[in-house]
Amino acid sequence: MKILALLKRVPDTEAKILINQEGTGIKDEGIKYVINTYDEYAVEEGLRLKEKTGGTSTVTVVCAGPEEATELIRTALAMGADDAVHVCDKALERPDPFVIAAVLAKAIKAEGFDIIFCGKQAIDDDMGQIQSILAEMLDIPQVNVATAFELAADAKRATVRRRVEGGDEKVETSLPVIVSCEKGLNDPRYASLPGIMKAKKKEIRKKTLADLGFAQAPGDARSTILRWLPPQKSSGCTMVKAEETRDAVKELVRLLREEAKVV
Amino acid sequence: MNYPLSEDERMIQKTARDFARKELAPVSLEANEKGIFPERIFRRLGELGFMGIMVPEEYGGVNLGSFCLVLALEEINAVCASTGVTMSVHNSLTNWCILKYGSEEIRKRLLPSLASGEMLGAYAITESEAGSDVSAMRLSAVRKGHEYILNGAKIFISTGDKAGAIIVFARTDPGNRTKGISAFVVEPGSPGFSIGKIEKKMGLKASTTVELVFEDCRVRADNLLGAEGMGMKIALAGLDGGRIGIAAQAVGIAQAALDEGVRFSRERKQFNTRIVDFQSTRWKIADMATAVEAARLLTYRAAKLRDAGEPCSKEAAMAKLFASRTANRVVYDALQMHGGVGYTEEFLIERLFRDARVTELYEGTSEIQRLVISKAVIEEFERTVPD
Repeated sequence: MKILALLKRVPDTEAKILINQEGTGIKDEGIKYVINTYDEYAVEEGLRLKEKTGGTSTVTVVCAGPEEATELIRTALAMGADDAVHVCDKALERPDPFVIAAVLAKAIKAEGFDIIFCGKQAIDDDMGQIQSILAEMLDIPQVNVATAFELAADAKRATVRRRVEGGDEKVETSLPVIVSCEKGLNDPRYASLPGIMKAKKKEIRKKTLADLGFAQAPGDARSTILRWLPPQKSSGCTMVKAEETRDAVKELVRLLREEAKVV
Repeated sequence: MNYPLSEDERMIQKTARDFARKELAPVSLEANEKGIFPERIFRRLGELGFMGIMVPEEYGGVNLGSFCLVLALEEINAVCASTGVTMSVHNSLTNWCILKYGSEEIRKRLLPSLASGEMLGAYAITESEAGSDVSAMRLSAVRKGHEYILNGAKIFISTGDKAGAIIVFARTDPGNRTKGISAFVVEPGSPGFSIGKIEKKMGLKASTTVELVFEDCRVRADNLLGAEGMGMKIALAGLDGGRIGIAAQAVGIAQAALDEGVRFSRERKQFNTRIVDFQSTRWKIADMATAVEAARLLTYRAAKLRDAGEPCSKEAAMAKLFASRTANRVVYDALQMHGGVGYTEEFLIERLFRDARVTELYEGTSEIQRLVISKAVIEEFERTVPD
């Protein structure tokens, strides 16, 4: 079984994000980058499926991102993935989800697959579009926000639990399929020391856009980010003071109604 | 932290850090509070490869060097120094000695279990009358056929009651102070071996420190490391690595204390001002951070030398001396920044303060490190500077 896991390089959740002066992106200095948290669930689920199916199953990591993403791909290989495809091209700076999906679709088609795991969204831009655009481009079903995954005995169908408002939904799908992963699906393993040593010998196939058959940069972006703006500073906390508690409560209710407009 | 690390070194560091913060931290909190030895944690460390860092792959290890061990120890010690010392002794003393001086049979028999963390290692030199003065040791080993008979006691042995393999130094020749010492691997099942007093320590509450008693304890002759009389040489060679390990522990504790100090002083307000904005605090932070970084670099350098197979006794002693001193200064200042609450168990700095103290005592006191360093410096001078 050929299992793919998609991976994106994102700023660490603990990183302090500042917008650059031109408003074209975030300030890069001092930012540590990590594997997108939800993509870690995807890699882990791929590894678990490989362990369960055994035999000739493989997990291939697919990533479109800058040169620096190599170390994170290597981390996924150290977790236990077999090999990786890394689409790395200057023309891919600040792409929109449609462009990235188009690039990934080509790389994925060339690779072949039975199942694709990916994160339900990236924790940086929170777009959450890749899995759906990819599903359309590859013409396969998609199941999103998965919290449990089980392959049927015949390995042709799978049952996926997904989180929906107020409960869980159980979905049965045919394969091939793309499944986007939610927190709680699994507990990703660490890259062990033997894993790190083994990963050094594993193959990362670097691809440029030309390698994938794009004559020029895939310019058909559906959206353009004009400007990044910092969030407005919140006004902070207002202390309601009064001689009598009942007056304070009255004032609080007035503020909630008229100022905050929440009651 | 900006020391140029290779890709896999960064990955090793990250795994150690993530494991320490996510998995070890909650276990450590309870284990230190209740004085429990967290046995389970060493299995997990073993699964991840941290209990056989320098052990070759053929014996189940990962075949990395002191430097990678240091990177891992820094992260583990920043969260739990008790776990850190157990892991340091296990890797840099027990595993290393067996690998370097053990017979092929003993390596094959013990290293795989040690590297997986199923078995823990200990290292027994100290006796009640032989602390810094190692060559005063009296525990005797007399050869009888295919066995040695050991009589005497060792004290202050880290992990002594939990270990499956203990490197024990004993006197095989009463007539020769330094060359009359030999090293053995003692397995706790040996007849005549027992655990004596269990120490109640100021810190490192989640590690154990015990007395080992040998009463006509029989040890197989092929458990002898190297040859008879090589004990002192083995002990000193092992201690170079052990000292680098404790230096890394001190760096880990110091970094954690610095982080706690900065965290607290940014939150705490007095006189309507965050205390981090007082100059007295700023100067402390600057001095603490500079010392931590210097200690780290000395430790890294000693480890790099050891990995290159260069002599490193002086450098290991310098790293251990400076890092342990730094850890104690930094925990002191960080506690001062906390004020009164730093003296309560509510805050991590209280444990760090207690745990730091021993780094100036074990694997050679600061005084012994100075002895080693000054001796090396004077010898170097006499070798290189003409009269």
